[in-house]
This record gives sequence, C-alpha cells and structure tokens, in this order.
Amino acid sequence: MMTLGIDSGSAMTKAALFDGEKVVSCRMEPSGTNPGQVMRRLYEEMKTADIAYVVATGYGRELLPEADKVITEITCHGAGAAFLCPGCDTVIDIGGQDSKVILLNEAGQVRDFLMNDKCAAGTGRFLEMTMARVGSDIARIDEFVAGASPVTINSMCAVFAESEIIGLLAQETPPGDLALGCIHSICRRTAVFAQKLAPAKPKVFFSGGLAQSQTICTALAHYLGIERVQTHPLCQYNGAIGAAVLGYRRAKR
Amino acid sequence: MVELKKELPAIFEEFADKRRESFLTIKKFKDEGTPIVGVFCTYLPREIPNAMGAAVVGLCSVSDETIPDAEKDLPRNLCPLIKSSYGFAKTDKCPFFYFSDLIVGETTCDGKKKMYEMLAEFKPVYVLELPNRQSEEGIALYRREIIRFKEKLEQQFETTITEEAIRHQIHVRNEMNKALVRFQYLMTKDPAPVMGMDIVNTTYGSGFDMDIENLPARVNAMTDMIEADYAAGKNVGKRPRILVTGSPSGGAALKVVRAIEDSGAVVVAFENCSGLKAMLQTDEENPDVYDALARRYMSIGCSCMSPNPNRLAMLDRLIDEFKVDGVVDIVLQACHTYNVETAIVGKLVKEKKGIPYAVVETDYSQADVGQLKTRMAAFIEML
Repeated sequence: MMTLGIDSGSAMTKAALFDGEKVVSCRMEPSGTNPGQVMRRLYEEMKTADIAYVVATGYGRELLPEADKVITEITCHGAGAAFLCPGCDTVIDIGGQDSKVILLNEAGQVRDFLMNDKCAAGTGRFLEMTMARVGSDIARIDEFVAGASPVTINSMCAVFAESEIIGLLAQETPPGDLALGCIHSICRRTAVFAQKLAPAKPKVFFSGGLAQSQTICTALAHYLGIERVQTHPLCQYNGAIGAAVLGYRRAKR
Repeated sequence: MVELKKELPAIFEEFADKRRESFLTIKKFKDEGTPIVGVFCTYLPREIPNAMGAAVVGLCSVSDETIPDAEKDLPRNLCPLIKSSYGFAKTDKCPFFYFSDLIVGETTCDGKKKMYEMLAEFKPVYVLELPNRQSEEGIALYRREIIRFKEKLEQQFETTITEEAIRHQIHVRNEMNKALVRFQYLMTKDPAPVMGMDIVNTTYGSGFDMDIENLPARVNAMTDMIEADYAAGKNVGKRPRILVTGSPSGGAALKVVRAIEDSGAVVVAFENCSGLKAMLQTDEENPDVYDALARRYMSIGCSCMSPNPNRLAMLDRLIDEFKVDGVVDIVLQACHTYNVETAIVGKLVKEKKGIPYAVVETDYSQADVGQLKTRMAAFIEML
C-alpha cells in the first residue's frame, strides 16, 4: 500500500509517495498561475495502482478533487518533521509566502504554532528579491556569500529593504556582503519570531527551500542560540511527506 | 408568553434584521420628535438616555466601506473600528449618525479619544471621562461623570430625568441582559444546540432592537424553542468547542468566526463586547442609582482598564462553564491594548487552563480570508 501527499505551495508544488516506511519518490514543479492543474499533473504522474489514500495540503489544497482528505500545511509540516527528524520539538519553515514555527509534543503532534503571513521581510521572497537585485539566484547562495562580511539591513519592510539595498549598491557595497546581510536579517527575524513559542534549548528541524543552504542554517542556529539546526535532504518536500504520512495512518485505520 | 410561529433560522434572521429595520424605525422616531442619542462603547449607561424616552443607537461601525474617506484625516495604521466609525460620520452614510441629536463617547482607548476630538468639529459630541482603574476612586469619578451626562441631556433636551425613571430602566436592562445571557448559555450544552454564528448575529442584532421592554420575552421564547428542539434531539453534532475573545468583532470581523465554523468547530462563547463581556447586572437594591450604574459599568473587563482582572476572571469561568477546547483571541489591527494583553491572556489559557490559544490580528478587509482559513483550520486540527 502506498499513499500520496501533494503540497501546493505559493512558489512550488511538491508531491511525495510513501510506502509506510520510506519516501519512495518525490517531485516538484512551480505552482505557476494554475496551481490546480499542476497538482492534477503531479497526481497523474505519480499515481500507481496501489495508492490507497491521497492527501492535499498547502494554499491550493482545495483544488484537487481526487484527494481523499484535505489537511492544512501546519499539521502536515508537523507530521513531516516528526518523520524526517524524530525527536525534534520545534519546526521552523521559511516558505515563499510565509514563515511558520510549529511546536511538537513527544508524540510528534502539533501542540502550538505561529504563522507570519503579514510581512514579506521574513520570508523566502525577500531573499529571492535580493538575489535577483544582485544578479544571482538562491540556488547559488552559499558560493555567492563565501568570504563575505554581512552588512546590516535596517528596514523592517521588504519593499523598503529593497530601496536600502539599491542605496548600498550605489555606495559600491560588495554584492556578497549585501546577500549575507539579507540572510542575517531574515534569520534574526525568524529567530525572534520562533522564540515567542519555542522552548529554551529547542531541537529545531529547519524546513523549506532555504534550509538547503549551509550559510542560512548556520546563521539561524546562531540567532537561536543553539549549536545547530537539523535539516534533511528532502526538507523541501516536508509538507508533502507529512501529508503522505498522515494519509498512511488514515488508510490503515 | 410570546408565541413564535416561525422556524428557527427565520427567527435568527429576524433578530439579525433588526439592524436594517432600525434604520426605518429611527427615521420614524425622528419624525415623531423622539430625541436620538448615538453611543459607542458598552461602558455608556444607556439607562440614562432611555430614562428620558430617547432612542439609543449604537455607532460602532463594522464595515470597511468608509475607511478610505476616514484615512483622508486619520492615520492608516489605526484600528478599523475607529476609522470606519469616523468615516460613516464624515460621509453621513450611516443613518444613525445622520439622525443622532447627540453623539456620546467615552475616554476608552487612545484612538477613540482622539477621534472624538476630530468628530466634534462637525458633529455634536459629548465625551464622558472613563477612568482606567476599577478602584473606589475610579468608580466615584465615573459616578460623577454619569450625573454630569444626565445633566447635559436634561439641559440639551429641556427635560428632567428622574431617579425613578432611571431605576425603571435599570430593571429593563437587567431583564434584557438576563434573557440574552440565558440565550447564550444554551451553548454550554455539549453537543451545542446551534452554531455560534446564529448566536452572535442574534445578540448583535438585538443591540439594535428599539423595543427593549419586550425584548426579554421574545428572546426567552426563542431560547425555550431551542431548548425544546434540543430535548427532541436537535443539535449541531459533536464538534471542537471554541471561545472567541478580544477586540469588538461584529460585522466584517465575523470572517474569523466563519473561518472557525467552516473548519468544523463551533464557537460556543463570545467573551467580547457583542457577547457576554458587557451583559452584567446592575444592583437594583442600591439606593443610589448612579453608584449602582457606575459600579456595574466600571466592572466591564475591557483591555482599556489597567489592570484588567475582570476579563481574566470571566475567561477563567467561561472556559469551564462552556467546556471550551480552544481559545481564539481576535485583535483588530492597531488595537494596542488587546494586542498587548494577548501575552497575559495566553498565559492564563495555556498555562492555567491547559488548552490551546491562538491570536489573529485582522481588520475589516476581506484580504486575509484565505490565510485566516488556513490558520483556523490548522488550529482546529490541533485540538
């Protein structure tokens, strides 16, 4: 028996196939302007004869009629983290459109959460914009900021921060320093946000696309005051994996 | 005993329709020469204007329609209730503002206090000084303010307001609040008999009912009917039970309640100013009517009080009485006192009562409906 989880995020749609023990396969596509169609396509591509249950999550979660169950991304991210990183008590996810902090109990269930969905300055969108401004992209961020020393970005708003960056570029600030400054700004903000909920010495699982950057992981751990944040090569699929895991539990009932 | 012939949904609608209907009623009153007094907060003793036979209308506005007009004068980053109220006054789009002979405010939160100063430039405004401390000194001050307000009405409308008339109105309001509290306490039953949206629309609508003497009988008849239906097995089924607290949340802010109930839960209690917060009893035995009113109104647990122990005490009690599974605190954008108080309320709910607590900051726009849905659905999945 297999279960499928599909996570329709603001930037990317992710799908994960789960056999009850391991993640069998994962796929990802830009959500684009027709998120329902992208979900449907991923569903068609990944469905196999022995799929017993399909769970949809993310912003577009209502758009897949084939889904047996719709679950919010908070619950799915919690379940995904508990599966990928057993023993963690805090999940920090920096997404394209929002960032979230989720606390888990010993059983790996969500016990509290906070979402920042009002402000772009603490999200992946801010870093994406900065990288475009300095002529690079997020995938290359670690090499781009190698050896740089971060400048301080003061603006509390992503739009004004962009003006600040333009000003700093005009003063011939090295682009690497700017990008690293932006990373520190996001991580500082995320840490303060997380500390509203998180225990004193949290065991943090860091998910979302930004978790693939070693620089970002190090900066986030620094601002959280902990040695390291844990992550996983599949962390970008965390929501979809959580959806598939929850689907498996439901199918087995 | 009043007999209700209609089915329940129609009756709920009838109460909710009171607001629309009251626009016509108010015009009729105006034509007949009845004085019309417009009021804002629940801190204002409506007994006083009622005692001189005035019609009392609520002016707190709950739609974003006039906010752009208000923002020509007021800062954008201000509470939507204040902006909306000011906007309706300025544009005269609200018949209640239009027909009010006197608009009465109180020094509650900072935003409202300042807004009244600006409103006074083009409307007849009278402001009572509401102390921020529920001490004996505070009560004594508010008692004097209530008397000063009575004298202002007597002078403006060339009438006399007797203590006897006030005493009668105290009784009328007590009966009305008793009926509305009993109605809301239907929701202590588990499973709940009706949805929270039905409750809030009814209590909110009843605030616009001008026939306050007969209101208790009508509310009680409805409550009896729901009780009978419940006994016959009618209910909304087993659902997670939510208590809503925080800033005033009528009208556009009901999107939060909708998001909660669309996610499979039921709002069983409203600890805010359209719900149980202000529906208190005035001591009818107190020989000094002004002291009785000052004590009753000053005990309302709004976050503009410092400290504000009565809100915490009421929440503590309601969580037990209504068997609440989770608390949602609605904070209107830039409502600083309720926003700051979330830390204190969160501590009570999570640590003392041991149940989950969520804060949502919102305004009167519909821009965040999708995000609210996700947040509330996730909160309910967690229960």
